[in-house]
Amino acid sequence: MSPTAAARQIDPPANGLSSHAGIYHYDQVDRDFLKERVEQFRRQVARRLAGELTEDEFKPLRLMNGLYLQLHAYMLRIAVPYGILTSRQVRQFGRIARQYDKGFGHFTTRQNLQFNWIKLVDVPAILDLLAEVDMHAIQTSGNCIRNVTSDQFAGVASDEVVDPRHYAEVLRQWSTLHPEFSFLPRKFKIAITGSSADRAAICIHDVGLIAKRGADGTVGFEVYVGGGLGRTPFIAKKLRDFLPEDELIAYLEAVLRVYNAYGRRDNIYKARIKILVHELGIDAFRDEVEAEFARMPVAQYRLEPAILDGIRTRFASQPYEALEPISGILARARLEDQAFNRWVRTNVAVHRQPGYAIATITLKPAGGIPGDVSADQMDVIADLADRYSFGEIRVTHEQNLVLAHVRQDDLPALWKALADIGFGEANSGLITDIIACPGLDYCALANARSIPLAQRISERFADLDRQHDIGELKIKISGCINACGHHHVGHIGILGVDKKGVEAYQLTLGGSAAEAGAIGDILGPALSADETLDAIDAVVGVYLDQRQDGERFLDTLARIGHTPFKDKVYAAH
Amino acid sequence: MARVTDAPKVVTANRLQDGAVVWLTAAGDWSIRVADAQVQTDASSAEAALGIARASAARQEVVEPYAVDVVVEATGPRPLKTREWIRAAGPSIDAIPTAA
Amino acid sequence: MPLIDSGKLVDDAWVRLGDDDALPAADVPVIVSLARFHKDRASLVGRNGGLGIFLASSQHPKDIADHLADFALVALDFPKFRDGRGFTIARELREHLGYRGIIRAVGHTLPDQYLALVRCGVTQVEIPEGRDPALWAHALAEISTAYQVSVAGPLSMARLARHKKTEHAA
Ligand code: HEM
Ligand code: SF4
Repeated sequence: MSPTAAARQIDPPANGLSSHAGIYHYDQVDRDFLKERVEQFRRQVARRLAGELTEDEFKPLRLMNGLYLQLHAYMLRIAVPYGILTSRQVRQFGRIARQYDKGFGHFTTRQNLQFNWIKLVDVPAILDLLAEVDMHAIQTSGNCIRNVTSDQFAGVASDEVVDPRHYAEVLRQWSTLHPEFSFLPRKFKIAITGSSADRAAICIHDVGLIAKRGADGTVGFEVYVGGGLGRTPFIAKKLRDFLPEDELIAYLEAVLRVYNAYGRRDNIYKARIKILVHELGIDAFRDEVEAEFARMPVAQYRLEPAILDGIRTRFASQPYEALEPISGILARARLEDQAFNRWVRTNVAVHRQPGYAIATITLKPAGGIPGDVSADQMDVIADLADRYSFGEIRVTHEQNLVLAHVRQDDLPALWKALADIGFGEANSGLITDIIACPGLDYCALANARSIPLAQRISERFADLDRQHDIGELKIKISGCINACGHHHVGHIGILGVDKKGVEAYQLTLGGSAAEAGAIGDILGPALSADETLDAIDAVVGVYLDQRQDGERFLDTLARIGHTPFKDKVYAAH
Repeated sequence: MARVTDAPKVVTANRLQDGAVVWLTAAGDWSIRVADAQVQTDASSAEAALGIARASAARQEVVEPYAVDVVVEATGPRPLKTREWIRAAGPSIDAIPTAA
Repeated sequence: MPLIDSGKLVDDAWVRLGDDDALPAADVPVIVSLARFHKDRASLVGRNGGLGIFLASSQHPKDIADHLADFALVALDFPKFRDGRGFTIARELREHLGYRGIIRAVGHTLPDQYLALVRCGVTQVEIPEGRDPALWAHALAEISTAYQVSVAGPLSMARLARHKKTEHAA
């Protein structure tokens, strides 16, 4: 421990909770529940192994517990509620990775963690280890309400209006093993934010919630519905402008009841709520929801302020020190070290607390596998979180991690420690900060590999001077139309397709997951992996040639249109 | 998926207990090496092999067996489709992230 | 098919009547389709044995809302266990329509769904021949925490409501 760290040993909060900031602390009810749930799954595994359950019957049960059968092994997806972890939990991931996987884990675009090399027979033991640290794999798959996602800067962003974490926790508890909504037509994903800047990709979720304040200061939600990617991408439509806080649960129940009753079950590709909303039209859908809502005994579903207060007290406080708003240490380090300065520019965001900063750890080293973290790296990150960020770590939907409460004075030391484990790259939001799904190297549904392509792009653009010159440019890669890699909303999206048995890639330009959201347009015929690399070079080249001062890639694209890019990419064809 | 082709075939599945990729051998059991797989050159022997595999699935040994097109090389059968050779050979990428 | 009620195997006196089957003696309780009900309403209602209605998962409770008083039993079909419409239909019968008779799940359900069915208001479940009924009995006790409101439990915010007391026992 550094001397400064020792000097500000954090006192355990008075309420007896451990000192991890920003984390909901389980109570006995949560723990008892989790124990029972692990035992239930242990028996389900035993019944499957004994032949009392067929694979067809077992599959939805294991999926409800985040367990997939992939190409080479089972994959276990662990829920990280709204993307926030304690250092203790991250260390436990490391332990599981060593003991039951090949020594690493993979952070996903849904802020979760996946282990790719799991044995079915080991899963109950792994769930025991997870339960030790208040974690589980419930509802990370299956046609149920999935793990709720949120803004990775929740509670610390300077542009935040309402802290979404407490509502996310309400949603976590409410959706856990929901008796009515565990066999929906299809999966159901809810995202929530409380900021004007949307870092949670609200517009591509089944339900997106933006917490805000009414004229009288009370909290309410702007409700969006029917967003999603996959085969038929849709940007969500607005369902309600201001849903009062205490009606949150009742209203969501109404939305889900309408979906469960009327969502299509005849065709898996038309089963998401986005199709129901599209086929009915948003107004007719809203009428159905409001009619259901009006019939409900709303008082029984009322989210009383006292419940929220109770939940708030189970979040440990963030014991900030009173600091000068401007750190001399930081300013000096930025002047002295260009590389550090660059990292601060891309990977550090403004904190609402004077003297603090939000640091993004991009899990995208040059040529690396997006989102992969080894057990040793997990241990180091957990230590760094203890030392510099109240023991708290967040996962972003861009497959990165965040330390959300770093003293500006500590940034130089943090960066050095990160660089030591290969995660000091100054590339957050840049062209090598690529999202990639597991693709054909792991995934049973894939058409093409995603990871090796991401690695090659990352190598091709490894030069940081060039990356910083190019500026904000998001590449997102999916190995098939299910769009786990969000390719539709990539500034440059890459979709793996099967061209007569050969892997090929289709490019889209102009997608965005920020505020308004946009689905990218297909640039032209699919390309080989080599051609795709050249095509990205060509696209970047056109942008650099044509951009006017201050324009980001998306701005230039919006001004000059697709044609110049298309002409350049397909010139040789 | 189930397109009928004339290519020689091997039968594969994932093992129930650990999910490992396995290949049906001439002895009617499962090997984790594709080189051990018995190659079926006509439709009726392929169907018979699938029957053996399905019986094995019914005994909770493997999950969802199916036949895969291969070419037979000196080292043994090699699956034609990318998906299947990745299953046979493991991920095409370094499975362990590069820690500095 | 074996019938489970409150976790126990019970005798089934009810007869599923095909649309063209002759009516049995008046003291035999029968379950009929909605079509049969509309066709033979006069002779069906008021039978001593009781009348049950069969609802396909694509049929809606509002189709029977006006006649609920006629039915001692509503049978909800689960054509496959993944078709979860019956959960919403059962809850709607209880919560919105105030139905107090028997709700029976027929078709394909798993013991692992039994607790959720009960919490949505289902009282009886038909199970496949040859399955161990103990699995259903066990399923009722498997998970004792319910985070949500349900028609079978206390009509409050259920376990979310515990936070009102703000206990700090971690
Ligand atoms: C490897 C095993 C995986 C399988 C079999 C799988 C399967 C699927 C399927 C079938 C869909 C489309 C669902 C639909 O539209 O109804 C989907 C969507 C999605 N998956 Fe995956 N996935 C896998 C891994 C991942 C990973 C690793 C991530 C995160 C990096 C991820 C994130 C997503 C997201 C964000 C969507 C959303 C698209 C939407 O909401 O429409 N998945 N996945
Ligand atoms: S996008 Fe396709 S290939 Fe990629 S993880 Fe999802 S299902 Fe698999």
